[in-house]
Amino acid sequence: MYTIETAGQLADKVYHMWVKAPHVAHHAQAGQFVIFRIDDKGERIPLTISAVKGDSFRVIFMTIGKTTTHLAALKAGDHIQDVAGPLGKPSETHRFGTCVLVGGGVGTANLPIIARTLKASGNKVIGIVGARNAGLLILEDEMTEACDELLISTDDGSKGFHGFAADLLKQVMAREQVDVVWIIGPAMMMKVTCEATRPAGIKTFVSLNPVMVDGTGMCGSCRVIVGGETKFACVDGPEFDAHLVDFNLLMGRLRTYQPEEKKSLEGYHAHLCACKGGDSHA
Amino acid sequence: MRISAPAKGAIPMHDRPVDQRVHDFSEVDGGMTPGEATIEAERCLQCKKPLCVKGCPVTIEIPAFLREVAAGNFPKAAAIIKEQNMLPAICGRVCPQEVQCEEQCILGLKERPVAIGELERFVADTERAQGMVAPKKQVHNGRRVAVVGAGPAGLTASAELARMGYHVTLFESLHAAGGVLMYGIPAFRLPKEIVKAEIDAVLALGVDLKLNHLVGRSVTVAELLDFDAVFLGTGAGLPYFMGLPGENLPGVYSANEFLTRVNLMHADQFPVFDTPVKRGSRVVVVGGGNVAMDAARVARRLGGKVTLVYRRREEDLPARQAETLRAKEEGVDFVMCANPVRILGDRGITGVECVRMEMCAPDQSGRPEPAPIEGSHFTIDADVFIAAIGQGPNPLLISEIPQLKRGKRGNVTVDSEFRTSMPKVFAGGDVATGAATVILAMGAAKSAAKAMDRMMREG
Ligand SMILES: Cc1cc2nc3c(=O)[nH]c(=O)nc-3n(C[C@H](O)[C@H](O)[C@H](O)COP(=O)(O)OP(=O)(O)OC[C@H]3O[C@@H](n4cnc5c(N)ncnc54)[C@H](O)[C@@H]3O)c2cc1C
Ligand SMILES: Cc1cc2nc3c(=O)[nH]c(=O)nc-3n(C[C@H](O)[C@H](O)[C@H](O)COP(=O)(O)OP(=O)(O)OC[C@H]3O[C@@H](n4cnc5c(N)ncnc54)[C@H](O)[C@@H]3O)c2cc1C
Ligand code: SF4
Ligand code: SF4
Ligand code: FES
Repeated sequence: MYTIETAGQLADKVYHMWVKAPHVAHHAQAGQFVIFRIDDKGERIPLTISAVKGDSFRVIFMTIGKTTTHLAALKAGDHIQDVAGPLGKPSETHRFGTCVLVGGGVGTANLPIIARTLKASGNKVIGIVGARNAGLLILEDEMTEACDELLISTDDGSKGFHGFAADLLKQVMAREQVDVVWIIGPAMMMKVTCEATRPAGIKTFVSLNPVMVDGTGMCGSCRVIVGGETKFACVDGPEFDAHLVDFNLLMGRLRTYQPEEKKSLEGYHAHLCACKGGDSHA
Repeated sequence: MRISAPAKGAIPMHDRPVDQRVHDFSEVDGGMTPGEATIEAERCLQCKKPLCVKGCPVTIEIPAFLREVAAGNFPKAAAIIKEQNMLPAICGRVCPQEVQCEEQCILGLKERPVAIGELERFVADTERAQGMVAPKKQVHNGRRVAVVGAGPAGLTASAELARMGYHVTLFESLHAAGGVLMYGIPAFRLPKEIVKAEIDAVLALGVDLKLNHLVGRSVTVAELLDFDAVFLGTGAGLPYFMGLPGENLPGVYSANEFLTRVNLMHADQFPVFDTPVKRGSRVVVVGGGNVAMDAARVARRLGGKVTLVYRRREEDLPARQAETLRAKEEGVDFVMCANPVRILGDRGITGVECVRMEMCAPDQSGRPEPAPIEGSHFTIDADVFIAAIGQGPNPLLISEIPQLKRGKRGNVTVDSEFRTSMPKVFAGGDVATGAATVILAMGAAKSAAKAMDRMMREG
């Protein structure tokens, strides 16, 4: 059992949570993730480690299905039954020169820890955070502090640049030499945005989010195709060279359990209405 | 035809009726009654030089425990077994006895060998029902040992070392101990409460189990080497895929994933449990070993029409004969001498294209080499595809330790005492041998524990 130390909401459908788990906190590096299993009947879900302090680490997540909705309902003092990690390979954070980190939606959660690590290795770090509207922006203060410069875009223009993060990325590339780029967000956003760096051949990392089970390389659920080769994202990634990733395959596989997920979430909501809390399993 | 009903004079089968068992995950084989057990144990000749013991990788004193069973002294029988084997209810169920202890039994020359495995199971089940007795252990000797992986190898090494007086820390990356016993072998062959009970008995020896710890990530190699000795029992969990077109379509599983979703995560009880699994209405399983049989029988229980495709002949199936027979009884269709070449479909699977195989000149293993017959392609309708074509050693940890010498297939190289190429690091089980059996993993772990003890005592 692992104790939730703080929990709260950051934006619409976006929550944060600090969890005490020394085995994770003491070893976590930028780019790695954990697997949570909330309770005995729970699914194992992967979440990125977004910050670390002492014995604890933070995750930031968006409620999209049953497990993330259940997680969002937990409070400080509650427990997560299982926390495995840190998992995955750390980000490559050696000295590149100028780095641009692009975050889309909740994918921004991954960026501060990568930004700090890159800064510590002597890089210049420019952050770009995109969201649909100002109300969905997260981690602005933290990114401002972790980066040399922070640019913001919103799809509706309610804050910062009116347009997409990809447009801001192109502006930065036009004004200065960019040596490496990270793009982390929904699969579709990563697929589209990494086209901005392809023509110039700029090294670009994306963090892939396929469906996982064990997270230790034992099941192959998380397989992705990178450069024509099958890779297991949980042990060979989750970060890969964006220009080699087969995003269509990733998005296709992410749809595998859509009907089941819908049923699970409906069951959860129905149950909550019926008993107002209590056991969260339908 | 090799697959047939049990020989005449055999002990009665205790399998539940097929129409009942294909609808649930309760155990198929009900086990012996005390009366049957005593009669069967009385058949043992109490050989002076018992050959059966030579066939048991953990050298259980078989005639001694059989004598106690024959006398109706079941607790004493349990104590004798547990001197050598802390997981008897598990081994009694899943050991391939027919090629181990029972194959060597002298009675097998003329008639039927003593049903050693079933009796071992009977004794263990009886003891568990009446309250397990902890085996003796020595006082703590101040030394600390790390064991990596809580499968049969890691559990056995932990139990042996704890009994010798070592302080054992057992690291397991999953949220449950047991390895393949928990996530691979289905409950209808090996009920999970039984696995848990035998694991608890190991932990009761004072073993400190750390779940959710992936060694190489949650524990660094340097931290690991801080222990006085290390045993690697990380298994062969890396699933192989076939490299077929269409292999990444939703609905294509490795047997590991399919079985883990059901056995460990209880996807059969979705949505009460949160993990889903595709319940195929037509499932194709590829492979012919125990893993393939288990996947096929699980898919049957999820309600699918199941076809098992194997590239050699029925008599070449490497699975245990009894399990093959049960799979057939349960309605799994066997398509032999065929191999898939392509998985059809666009957003999901619609079918599997296969080719017929002919048996040509023998290969290195002495079995005829299967070769595709040109123009013999045919299609099986399917919405779920499960590849059960084998697994390799878990690469994660061993690739973090480049000094560790590895064999051609990625397995950790060990000497006759299960030492690796690194000082104070030992390894055993599937990680050293490649995918093998529970009892071989346990036998290796026992020998390794003895060698570790000797190393630590001698300096
Ligand atoms: C390495 C990695 C890091 C991630 N980090 C974050 C993060 O920091 N914040 C965040 O909000 N989300 C993150 N995700 C995605 C997160 O795991 C899913 O949103 C979550 O599993 C959804 O679970 P659910 O039950 O709420 O939704 P469900 O209803 O089960 O699923 C909704 C969708 O989530 C995806 N999904 C479902 N199950 C899994 C699974 N076991 N593994 C991965 N994806 C799944 C599928 O696309 C599915 O269609 C990460 C995923 C990966 C692989
Ligand atoms: C479906 C199936 C059916 C089978 N049926 C039979 C049968 O009927 N009879 C039989 O005798 N054998 C059977 N086998 C084979 C048998 O299960 C294995 O040979 C045996 O489990 C090997 O034991 P092990 O301890 O070496 O490895 P495993 O059982 O694989 O255990 C390894 C453990 O180590 C953990 N681990 C791996 N890496 C790390 C790490 N870095 N840090 C921490 N933990 C780690 C894993 O999570 C796992 O729990 C079957 C196998 C399968 C897959
Ligand atoms: S452990 Fe296996 S090989 Fe040994 S006696 Fe029991 S069934 Fe036979
Ligand atoms: S070989 Fe057979 S008969 Fe002889 S002791 Fe062993 S079980 Fe009994
Ligand atoms: S999640 Fe199972 S292999 Fe990656």
